[in-house]
Amino acid sequence: MADSRSHPFAHRPSRTKTAETVLTTFLRLATYCVIAAAGYIFVNIAIHGSKAVFTTEAPFINVAFLTQKPQTLHVFEPKAIDTELKQINAEVLALKSKRKALSSKDRDARKAIGVALAELESQTQRLDSERKSRRLMYSDTEYRALETPPSQSDYAYSTYAYSGGGIGPAIIGTCLLVAGSIAIALTLGVLCAIYLSEYSRPGRTLQTIRLSILNLSGVPSIVFGLFGFGMFVLFFDWGVSMIAGWFTLAIMALPVIIAASEESMRAIPKGFREGSLALGASKWTAIRTNVLPYALPGILTSSIMGIARVAGETAPIMFTAAFALRDQLPWEGLDKPTDFFFQGVMALPYHIYVVSSKIPQNEYTRNMQYGAAFVFLFIVGFFAFSSILLRIQVRKKYKW
Amino acid sequence: MQFDKSISAKLPTAAADTIIEVRHFDFCYGDTQALFNISMDIHEKEVTAFIGPSGCGKSTFLRCFNRMNDLIDIAQIKGGSVKISDIDIYGKDVDVIELRKHVGMVFQKSNPFPKSIYDNIAYGLRIQGITKKSILDDVVEECLRGAALWDEVKDRLNESALGMSGGQQQRLCIARALAVKPKILLMDEPCSALDPIATAKVEELIHQLKQDYTIVIVTHNMQQAARVSDRTAFFYLGKLIEYDVTDTIFMNPSDPQTEAYISGRFG
Repeated sequence: MADSRSHPFAHRPSRTKTAETVLTTFLRLATYCVIAAAGYIFVNIAIHGSKAVFTTEAPFINVAFLTQKPQTLHVFEPKAIDTELKQINAEVLALKSKRKALSSKDRDARKAIGVALAELESQTQRLDSERKSRRLMYSDTEYRALETPPSQSDYAYSTYAYSGGGIGPAIIGTCLLVAGSIAIALTLGVLCAIYLSEYSRPGRTLQTIRLSILNLSGVPSIVFGLFGFGMFVLFFDWGVSMIAGWFTLAIMALPVIIAASEESMRAIPKGFREGSLALGASKWTAIRTNVLPYALPGILTSSIMGIARVAGETAPIMFTAAFALRDQLPWEGLDKPTDFFFQGVMALPYHIYVVSSKIPQNEYTRNMQYGAAFVFLFIVGFFAFSSILLRIQVRKKYKW
Repeated sequence: MQFDKSISAKLPTAAADTIIEVRHFDFCYGDTQALFNISMDIHEKEVTAFIGPSGCGKSTFLRCFNRMNDLIDIAQIKGGSVKISDIDIYGKDVDVIELRKHVGMVFQKSNPFPKSIYDNIAYGLRIQGITKKSILDDVVEECLRGAALWDEVKDRLNESALGMSGGQQQRLCIARALAVKPKILLMDEPCSALDPIATAKVEELIHQLKQDYTIVIVTHNMQQAARVSDRTAFFYLGKLIEYDVTDTIFMNPSDPQTEAYISGRFG
C-alpha cells in the first residue's frame, strides 16, 4: 500500500481521535441542553412578565403594578359568548365520546367526526379571542370607583384574591429581607471565616467543624424554615416578623459565605502575613491590613452566591416572616421604631407561591404570576450585578 | 555557663560586642528534632552567614531569632536559650511585637505588599500609629536611600511595588524592614531568586548596612557567604558543625565535614 501522506505531520485518523471527537460533541450537546433549558425559562418569564410590567404608552412601565398593593381581581366575562363556548365545549365532548364508541374499521364516520371537531376548534378560538377583547377586569379600587357595575345579565362575574393591583409591598419586602439577611450573614460569616482560616489550629476538630458547615448547605430549606419558626418566632417570641426572617435566611446563607470567604482568605500568600508580622504587626493588624483587603473580592463573590441562595427561598420565610397580604408598607403605622423589625412583610417568592397555589389555576392570575416572577428575577439580577460592580472596583484597588 | 566543648574552643571569648547569644539550643517540629544543642555568639555590626545543605536547620535557626517559628503550631523549644542584648527572648515577659521591631527580617521570596512603593515602606510605621505625612516622607526617603533604591524609584513612589523588578522588590523589602529601625536584620536566602546583577546589588547593600546593623544571612551560595560575611557557621543535619571567621572556614576548615561541603563533595 502506497503511503499517500505527503509529510510526517499529516493528519492520520485513529481510534483515540474519533473517541475524542465523539466525547467533545457529547460535552457540547450537554452544554447546549442546559443553555436551552435556562434560556427557555428566562425567555418565557421575560415575555409573559413584560406584559404585566411594561405598557405601550409612556412611561412604558406599568407603575401601578410595581407600586400598588395586591388586590382582589374582579372579572366580568361576556355571558353570551360564555354560553356559546360552553355549548361548543359540550358538543366537542359529545363528538369525542361518539368517536370512541365507533369501531376502528368505520373510517368514513371517524373522518367526518374529525372534520367536525376541527371546525368546532376554529370556532372556539374565534370566540375565545372575542371574549378576551370584551372581557372586563377590575382591581378592587377600580371596581369600587365604578358608578354602575356591568349588569349581571350581560356578564358572568367572579373574583380572584391577590390577583389584581400590584406587587409594591412584595418588592419592598423582598429587598428588605435580602439586604438584612445578607448583612447579618456577611458579618457572622466573615468573622467565622477569619477565625477558621487565621486563628484556629488545624486538626481533626477543625475538619469536623468545616464539614458540618458544608453539610449545613445541604439541609432542605423547609427545615431551616421550621427551625426559624421554632427558634425565632416561638422561642425568642419575635412572632412572624422581618427580624425572624432575617436570621433564618442568614443561617441559610452562612455555609456558602463561610466556605467562600475562608477559601479566599487562605488563597492570600503566606508572605503577606509573615512580612507584616516581621515588621512588628500584631496578628489582628496583619489580618486587617494585609489579608482582609485582598480577600475582599472573594468575600463579595460569596455574598453574591449568598444573595442568589437567599432571595429566592420561599420555605424559610413562609413560617417566619412572610404575609400573604399586608395592607401597610413596612414604615407605615409603626407605634415605635423597633416595631419596624417585628412586623411581617410581603415577599415576592411567597407572593408567587400564594397566587399560583392557593387559587385554582386559571388564566386571570397568570399576569400577576409572570409579572411577579419577572420583577423578582430583575431584583436578584440587580443585587448580583451591583455586587459584581463592587467587586470589580475593589479588585482594581487591591490588585496583586 | 557550660559551653559545648568542640565549639567553645573556637569561639572568641564572649566579647563585649556579642549581640545574640545562643546556648545549648534544642528545637523540635512535633516529634522531629530540628536543631541539636546549638551554642554560638553573633557579633554586633558584623555579617554572619549560615551555610549548609537543604534541610540542615539554618532557616529554622534564623527564624528563632525573631520568634517567627511561633506561627507554626507544632514548633517548640526543647531547651537552651537565645539572648539578644542579654535578654532571653523566650522569656515570659517578652512582647513578640517589640522583639520583631528590634529584629527585622527579609524573606527568601520577596514579598512586597500589593500597595504602592511608598505605602510599603510606610507600613511598619503606620501600624504603630504614626500617620503624620512629614515623618513618613522622611522615613521613606531615608530607607530607600539606605537600601540604595531611592534614585531608581523616586519618581514612581506611588506606583505599585509589584511593577518593580525582582531585585528591586527584594531591596524594597530590605528598605521596608529598615523603616522600623531594627538593630538586627535577618535575611533568609535573600538572593535565591535573583539574577547575578541583582544579587551583586543586594550584596553591595549588605556591605553598606553592616556599618549600622547586625546582619545574619542564610545562604545556599557559598561564594556569597565568602563575599559578604565576616563569620560563617556551617550547619549539617541540625547541628552546628563549625563556626569561625569566614576566611578560616573557607581556607582552613578544621572539621572534615565542613571541608567536604565547601569543596563541593556533598550537599
